[in-house]
Amino acid sequence: MRRLELILSRLAWFIPTLVGLTVIIFTVSHIIPTDPVRILAGENATAEQIEALRVELGYDKPLPVQLLSYFRDVATGNLGVSIYTKRSIAETMWHRLPATLELTFAAIFLSVVFGIPLGVLSALRRNSLFDHCLRVVTVSGLAVASFWLAMELQFLFSMKLAIAPLNGRIAGFGPDEVTGFMIVDSLIAGDLPMLGLVLSHLALPAVTLALPAAATIVRFTRAGVLDVINSSFVLYARAMGIPWSLIVWKYVLRNALISTVTQIGLIFGVLLSGAVVIETVFDWPGLGAYAVNSILQSDYKSIMGFTLWTGAMFVIVNLLVDILHTLIDPRSNR
Amino acid sequence: MTELLAVRDLTLGFRTDAGLARVLDGVNLTIDAGQVMGLVGESGCGKTTLARAVLGVLPRNAAEIAGGEIVFKGRDLLKFSPGALARDICGRAITFIPQDPYGSFNPVFTIGTQIMEIMKWKSPRRVTGHWSEHAPLLGPYPAERRRADMETVVALLDAVQLPQPAQILRKYPHELSGGQRQRLMIAMALLPEPDLVIADEPTTALDVTIQAQILGLIRRLANERNVAVLFTTHDLGTAYEICDAVTVMYAGQEVESAPTDRFFAAPAHPYTGKLLASLPRHDGEVAGIPGEVPNLVRPPGGCRFHPRCERASEACRSGKPPAEMLDPGHSVRCFHPVRPAA
Repeated sequence: MRRLELILSRLAWFIPTLVGLTVIIFTVSHIIPTDPVRILAGENATAEQIEALRVELGYDKPLPVQLLSYFRDVATGNLGVSIYTKRSIAETMWHRLPATLELTFAAIFLSVVFGIPLGVLSALRRNSLFDHCLRVVTVSGLAVASFWLAMELQFLFSMKLAIAPLNGRIAGFGPDEVTGFMIVDSLIAGDLPMLGLVLSHLALPAVTLALPAAATIVRFTRAGVLDVINSSFVLYARAMGIPWSLIVWKYVLRNALISTVTQIGLIFGVLLSGAVVIETVFDWPGLGAYAVNSILQSDYKSIMGFTLWTGAMFVIVNLLVDILHTLIDPRSNR
Repeated sequence: MTELLAVRDLTLGFRTDAGLARVLDGVNLTIDAGQVMGLVGESGCGKTTLARAVLGVLPRNAAEIAGGEIVFKGRDLLKFSPGALARDICGRAITFIPQDPYGSFNPVFTIGTQIMEIMKWKSPRRVTGHWSEHAPLLGPYPAERRRADMETVVALLDAVQLPQPAQILRKYPHELSGGQRQRLMIAMALLPEPDLVIADEPTTALDVTIQAQILGLIRRLANERNVAVLFTTHDLGTAYEICDAVTVMYAGQEVESAPTDRFFAAPAHPYTGKLLASLPRHDGEVAGIPGEVPNLVRPPGGCRFHPRCERASEACRSGKPPAEMLDPGHSVRCFHPVRPAA
């Protein structure tokens, strides 16, 4: 019951958060001293042509009126059309979403699968050579600029060793589109060589994103394990002869993950909103690359749409983290 | 009576920043089958360390065992590998009631999960030598044994006077009181049908009113089931109430051991005498012991009590007194024991 209450109260905050976010985005994008209408009209347009275009696009109305009509559109799921491509922004983003989701899930999967066990092991072997080496790797993983790492990986694995494609999501035609997730689609088609191709394209960007994420997870898991490894319940379980591996991987880990889950949630939120730089470096057709293009073209409506999406993702991920907490830690369920 | 546990000349230390702290200095202790033995001493005298040494759960990288043996049913526990000790002895033949019933439950699992985990590995019905001993994370819990074990658990929760066992098993530790948790700890210590229970100050963290109930419960169940108990406490009154015999420790040495009635009637070691004299009297007066507990990194030579002892002589400073048998079961380590006025 408490859990339901929590979910409802979080959901109640969902709408006000997004409304506030929309107002801020809208205001900021209209304060910036570039005129999208002028850019769109081109260098040779006359003043009359620009004004006509402004009226046509609705940019002549007072800001509050524009804001209200934007709200009305957003409420019906309409993020407007790009002033360049004249295509629906919501549709374009929906079309690009699977690429970002696939990359995000791959990166999170890698970082969790490697990060949590490594974090536990480095806590158990605290101050050993292994722990020190891992610390060097994790600190570097957090410190290294991801675009630099991306280019180094491209240089090594694509140019020198030639074992991974340089960029892009697929070479030539992908699998028949069913879900938009190429891994799933190639499995549905039963096309294993295609699956291999998809995975090879996914490998470098996923690793680039996973490294700093895994570093964060290692640090938090290690700290969490060290926090509980000397607690009374571990001593009790040892004294009662419960197998050590069970104590560590079941009983200690569950306690240690409480803080790690929050971090995974944050990372998830960041990645879901599109790894802007990495998608650009790897020419990955996801939301991040879309955001960069929109910014370069001063395509306000698209930028606003992307920012709203980002905000919504963070709110949703936070909600999920809260729910997960009540599942992992019964004490928070009060 | 048969000897169940014999600690002989156990010497061990902890590495600290200041140097090696000599926490146990040639300690001797014996417990007979079914006997409730009180291990009494001030905080820091080494009683908890001795209890943990028997359980094999000393701090892993700080403890250094220099000598001695811990013979349990004829086998030296110090010669066991940690894995074998955990598998065959801990939680099986020797179980544990911790000092802190609040922190000794894992806060994020239900009581039922934690009790059944102990039963899964330590139930008397468990067949030893099962392959799952080598892959604990994968080991199954056969449904039939689980059902039988669950019945045992419910019966024992009833025996420790916890009403509505089914509800309690579904709860999380923070939803129970300290007294309930310690009753659960007692139940968990008895479930594997052990020969020896190590109870490390099991009532210290509890309210005074609950303490008496918990003590009575331990005493009664130990007698009913013929389980020996090593009961550490700093409280002589507690020891008097439930112990068959008492061993006193001072600064890492055992100084006197006697059946409870002998111990309280005719204490022979000067420290024991002062300890008894320091109990609050009816008029509210408290007599302290002059001096302070010695530093264990540089402990005094010989009998470690000599700097605080008015009977101390040159012999006490130079050598540790041997154990002297005054009566059957009553031994004292003192060159100048107090003899009852005949």
